[in-house]
Amino acid sequence: MTTATPHAPHIPYGPASRLKWAVADGWTMTARILAHWARQPGQVAVGLLFPVMIVLMFGYLFGGGMAVPGGGDYREFLMPGMFALSMLFGVEATFTAVAADAAKGVTDRFRSMPVSRSAVVVGRCAADMINSVLGLAVLVLCGLAVGWRWHEGWGRAAAAIGLLLLLRLAFLWIGIHLGLAIGSPDAVMALQILVWPIGFLSNAFVWTDTMPGWLAAVAEWNPLAATITATRELFGNPTGGGSWIAEHSLAMALFWPLALTAIFFPLAVRRYARLDR
Amino acid sequence: MTFAVIAEGLRKRFGETPAVEGFDLTVPEGGVCGLLGPNGAGKTTVVRMLTTLLRPDGGRASVAGHDVVRQAAQVRSHIGLVGQNAAVDEVLGARQNLVMFGRLSHLGRARSRSRADELLERFGLAETGDKPVKQFSGGMRRRLDLAVSMILAPPVLFLDEPTAGLDPRGRGEVWEAVRALVATGRTALLTTQYLEEADQLADQIAIMDTGKVIAEGTPRELKSALGGDRVEVVVHDAADLQAATGVLERATGAKVTLDADTRRVSAPVREKAAALAELARELETTGLAVEDIGVRRPTLDEVFLHLTGPEDSRKEVAA
Repeated sequence: MTTATPHAPHIPYGPASRLKWAVADGWTMTARILAHWARQPGQVAVGLLFPVMIVLMFGYLFGGGMAVPGGGDYREFLMPGMFALSMLFGVEATFTAVAADAAKGVTDRFRSMPVSRSAVVVGRCAADMINSVLGLAVLVLCGLAVGWRWHEGWGRAAAAIGLLLLLRLAFLWIGIHLGLAIGSPDAVMALQILVWPIGFLSNAFVWTDTMPGWLAAVAEWNPLAATITATRELFGNPTGGGSWIAEHSLAMALFWPLALTAIFFPLAVRRYARLDR
Repeated sequence: MTFAVIAEGLRKRFGETPAVEGFDLTVPEGGVCGLLGPNGAGKTTVVRMLTTLLRPDGGRASVAGHDVVRQAAQVRSHIGLVGQNAAVDEVLGARQNLVMFGRLSHLGRARSRSRADELLERFGLAETGDKPVKQFSGGMRRRLDLAVSMILAPPVLFLDEPTAGLDPRGRGEVWEAVRALVATGRTALLTTQYLEEADQLADQIAIMDTGKVIAEGTPRELKSALGGDRVEVVVHDAADLQAATGVLERATGAKVTLDADTRRVSAPVREKAAALAELARELETTGLAVEDIGVRRPTLDEVFLHLTGPEDSRKEVAA
């Protein structure tokens, strides 16, 4: 070796220096994903515009056949559903990226290095949340363009956005857990397809009243549905339904993400720490 | 002598299946150990335990003087790992990868950059510029993989089948890079299925099967353990193989092995000069057309097949 070789870094002992490492490593991991976006702007644009396409499809292609109970504009009803659905679509991006890193051994390399244990998850979390905020911003603009408005003031609108991001955060842990659990690209593909019926089996596009009773119950108990109904109320958009769960949508919109996080956050961390494959 | 890698009675099972059962190995500082074994022998599981990726069920191991379970963090800052896949970010370029892994190794921004440039130069990747890794050839990817594992210039390097899936040119590139690395006095543990690779790179070989080491030594020791020298005859015409077998039997008095594909017959010998002279006389009498005749040591492939092959051939070695 011609130049001085670097020395192995000192392992941090105190909590303060540990935290410093964790923050620095978390940021490096986030920056890695941001660098991916910079290199693949087309892919990012497609990801952001895909929900817009669905809005246009449902708003104009199928929307004419939809009657809002009690009157009102279908697109006003549709937009909160789309916001929540785009949070669900985000989970695909999460588990696809996590599974790819695990399959290629990149995750193992991180784990074999003196990297803070939380960094991989923190980086993923930060980047995916940034992506979701961007996606929501694009969808809000799209909504405004097709005639959707919020009617209850900025405060309640912000609360609705907060609920959506809370749901996204809950989905993030599911995504990381699944990404580490599945591994093979085939399984990733199957899971990507499964995301769709989960999204459609809710009140995102239609009123649950129009479904057979048992199906309506399933759709209403979909964690997505609670957030959709709650955000419809907060934005002052038509809500439909008056069932027990619709009456308590705000509480449910808090309960579901917290419950999912309580289950999947420890699972994701455990998976990452052990990765026994 | 100080040992960079010590494993004593390592055990690991996955569910009901034991993957590693009582694995013992020591690699002296500066040594290059080739860990050979067929698929499923447990090589990768051993490497994963030694690199802190997997917690052993039993036994103990230390790397660079640190216990792999109790001092995992210290172990991690003293090792480099090159896994079976080139574990680098495929979307980013070579330099971006090196800078990122440098930051994750806590070199700091400026040092990460200068270290990246040094390593790009040293592994012949400086010309790749901004090109994403997914456009690299297999050999280039592995070289980047090696470069990444060298960011901290770790004293101990683990190479888990570093040339798996590479074409001969890529394999040559990686060998050259590995040779340059171990020439600087680094300790390396290399797993491979290619005996030629171990023969080329390692000065100590451990052969592994069903979760433990079944034979150990220098390449030379392992080859002579198989029964020393062999004389062999390559005939010009495959029709002469039977006759050549007879000749060789008479000349050596030993069991003759016949390989029809290469028109080759061979037999073990003790006194190689005498056997060769006797063989030449016999061949002259019979008037066989011979393409080649000579004495050689067994190849590592033969050692490997005998030790890890079916039961009957193992007994043959023991006998």
